[in-house]
Amino acid sequence: MSNEISKFQDPGLPAHQHRKSDHDPKAEKRAEQQVAILFLLSAISTVGTVASYIFIKPGKFVFLPIMGDVDAQQLFLGLGLAFSLLFIGFGAVQWARRLMPDEEVIAERHEFRSEDADRKDFVDTVKERAGTVGLGRRSLIKRSLGLALGLVGITPLVMLRDLGPLPKKQLETTSWAAGTRLVTDPGDRPLRPEDLEVGSVAQVLPFLAQGEERTLENIGKDAVLLIRLRPEEFQLDSKRLSWTHDGIIAFSKICSHMGCAVALYEQQTKHLLCPCHQSTFDVTRAAKVIFGPAARPLPQLAITVDSEGYLVAQQGFTEPIGPSFWERSS
Amino acid sequence: MKKSEKIAGNVANYVDERTGAAKWLKKNLTKVFPDHWSFMLGEVALYSFIILLFSGTFLTFWFDPSQRDVVYNGSYTPLADVKMSAAYASALHISFDVRGGLLMRQIHHWAALLFMAAMIAHLMRIFFTGAFRKPREANWLIGVGLVTLGIVEGFLGYSLPDDLLSGTGIRIAEAILQAIPVVGSYLAFFAFGGAFPGHVFIPRIYTVHVLLLPGIFLALITVHLMLVWYQKHTQYPGPGRTEKNVVGYPLMPVYMAKAGGFFFIVFGVTALLGAVASINPIWLYGPYTPGQISAGSQPDFYMGWLDGLVRMSPPLETHAFGHTISWNILIPGLIVPGILFTGMALYPFIESWMTGDKREHHLLDRPRNNPNRTALGAMSLAFMLVILINGGNDLIATHFHLTINQIMWFTRIAVFVVPPIVFVITKRLCLSLQRADREIVLHGRETGRLVMMPNGEFVEVHEELSAEKKFTLTQHEQPQALEVPTTDRSGVRNPQGIKGKLRARMSQAHVEQVPAPSQEEAKALEGGHH
Ligand code: HEM
Ligand code: FES
Repeated sequence: MSNEISKFQDPGLPAHQHRKSDHDPKAEKRAEQQVAILFLLSAISTVGTVASYIFIKPGKFVFLPIMGDVDAQQLFLGLGLAFSLLFIGFGAVQWARRLMPDEEVIAERHEFRSEDADRKDFVDTVKERAGTVGLGRRSLIKRSLGLALGLVGITPLVMLRDLGPLPKKQLETTSWAAGTRLVTDPGDRPLRPEDLEVGSVAQVLPFLAQGEERTLENIGKDAVLLIRLRPEEFQLDSKRLSWTHDGIIAFSKICSHMGCAVALYEQQTKHLLCPCHQSTFDVTRAAKVIFGPAARPLPQLAITVDSEGYLVAQQGFTEPIGPSFWERSS
Repeated sequence: MKKSEKIAGNVANYVDERTGAAKWLKKNLTKVFPDHWSFMLGEVALYSFIILLFSGTFLTFWFDPSQRDVVYNGSYTPLADVKMSAAYASALHISFDVRGGLLMRQIHHWAALLFMAAMIAHLMRIFFTGAFRKPREANWLIGVGLVTLGIVEGFLGYSLPDDLLSGTGIRIAEAILQAIPVVGSYLAFFAFGGAFPGHVFIPRIYTVHVLLLPGIFLALITVHLMLVWYQKHTQYPGPGRTEKNVVGYPLMPVYMAKAGGFFFIVFGVTALLGAVASINPIWLYGPYTPGQISAGSQPDFYMGWLDGLVRMSPPLETHAFGHTISWNILIPGLIVPGILFTGMALYPFIESWMTGDKREHHLLDRPRNNPNRTALGAMSLAFMLVILINGGNDLIATHFHLTINQIMWFTRIAVFVVPPIVFVITKRLCLSLQRADREIVLHGRETGRLVMMPNGEFVEVHEELSAEKKFTLTQHEQPQALEVPTTDRSGVRNPQGIKGKLRARMSQAHVEQVPAPSQEEAKALEGGHH
């Protein structure tokens, strides 16, 4: 190992350089004053903070470049707090740097490994203590304890069971059924085909009978988008075409990827875009995925009009809406 | 004796007579801490955690973690008479009707970002300098645990206000739960107390956010610091610094004053940010409803990389035997993050296995002196950066007039191509930095001054390095690769099989070094040079 021997020698810790304030009383005095000024600035800032709290009325706005309009009270409270803290910090650091002893010191380290004798002692003690318990001999106790400890963890798991109900068929069903009217969201007005111009979009929900409440859980499953195209723009098979009405096509608004609301419709390309991960669906081809991580088209809702001319569902969704789950069969 | 001294003496006496702490305290008040800017990163993380405790507690006094329906009637008029959850209404109340409430919300959120950023930077410092080596593996594991839990805690935090943006994040988390094979739907229904969104999720995550996780953080941070204390801090190599000592400033007073002062500075900076830089303006998003979405949804940066992974994953699903497996969710949402974090946690053990190095290390590596490790770290960072970029692809698209399609394909390819390239470049860079170190140790530093030799030739004056500098640049070890035993004692060929070969390969790659100059080399050159 010739290389090891001829390494450059460690010259040792360089000699300590004294600061001016270490030997010049004037410099020391100046440093002391500096630190005191910093602490005083903090005190003044605190007075400012309290004054802002009491005297500035909430809802008054001041204009800041880049930031725009900012609530004056929040701003001055924040600035006051910030400076009262910062100046304490600056003062303490300055104090340490200018006036406290700045000589580096050396402390020894010791290897963590114990002496061999101590280690052996320890092992012997453990063995001896364990011997008095006699686990090796009492295998009945050992096994039954193992069983008991293994099982006792089940209790807290079982007790978490009441966190929620079983899913049953809830992930597979929505409120839509044959004849359910489509109503606007917001507004809950039933819609006629004439209400939608070619090229427009509307968000709808299933009709709600008097006295019924619409919950967020319902909206999370029932939200539907209506889009009206010219009928000849569709490229659908005959079944899917029969699910449209007069150029109006309906899709679940809940993304088939991870359930965000598919809210962006591009009129030119006739694409629906989900802002979460940018899955893009082609409206003319039954919401086929043309881009992004979604693996399935948005489920299409079959629609028609009822005897009074209002848009209704021909039937419920024929597949579960929203993100996939283990029990989903297609 | 002055009065204050007398009081202090009495207190010390009282405590010591009941605990015998005097000896221990004396020893620890003079405990030595090495000084380096990179040692402050962990401190910043600690201080921002304390700020989170303060500001979070303030918020709890007004925040109502309930998904009960209320009609808003506070002073933010654009949302007057809108139906919303009590949680959202109370977050609006904090923002508009509690003096300093908005400031505290913003301080809390900025401190959360700083907490995560500081922890990640701290982790990088530990990694690149090899501070995770024996005996500090346990602290590395605690650190990886803290970063992981920090991501969860931050996510739960910004889910609490129940605005349109945060609800969308919860929706995505629900979809990940639901995608877990076999038990997914059950887990989702248990977590949400039924169908999404339900009425119990916010109260439940509130308990986790303000009690369970902060408690775990506190416990982990305590153990982390106790270990630092007990094992003593590592130090950078330099004159007078060895594996057997620690060189720095004593705890009292210098380190105490600096660290204490630094806490106030960090707190002041978050307050300054909270005062001038608006963050998470929940009133602009509106209350959560599953049928709507705010355009350009962006999570906080520590979640952004996950979002980027999800965005770039191909649309893969398996439908078989009446069941569905969503690879497009499982791979980016659980499998890849799982592999990343497990790999990170195990790295100290992998490195010690492949180098066969079981010694204690208290002197840090300069990153260039361990090219393989440094390149591996740079490679991982490159991977994270590419997927983080994809997480912001919509912002980048609008900013640079690109299509999302272009960015998506770029990152889908880049995520496989860029990290290996970064690995190779970093490794080369480290080796050439080592070569540069060798050069200046042997030939001195170029001064830019030219002198004319008697024969009319101009040569540049090289200034010899100080002995301190020379030592710093040459003190590192020159590790040897492990040898694979081709036959063992009883004559069996290559007893360790493929594993042994792999280990030898890895160890060879790991020890690649430019030899550090020796004194002989320096002497040999001296003759010819002057
Ligand atoms: C490591 C720790 C923590 C992190 C990373 C964290 C992160 C966050 C984040 C990002 C938010 C959203 C803030 C916003 O509205 O923009 C939040 C909200 C909140 N946090 Fe924390 N937090 C932490 C610890 C705590 C603690 C210890 C408490 C209480 C004791 C707390 C109480 C709250 C409350 C009440 C809210 C909701 C109030 C609101 O958003 O207006 N947090 N947290
Ligand atoms: S949720 Fe729509 S793309 Fe992911």
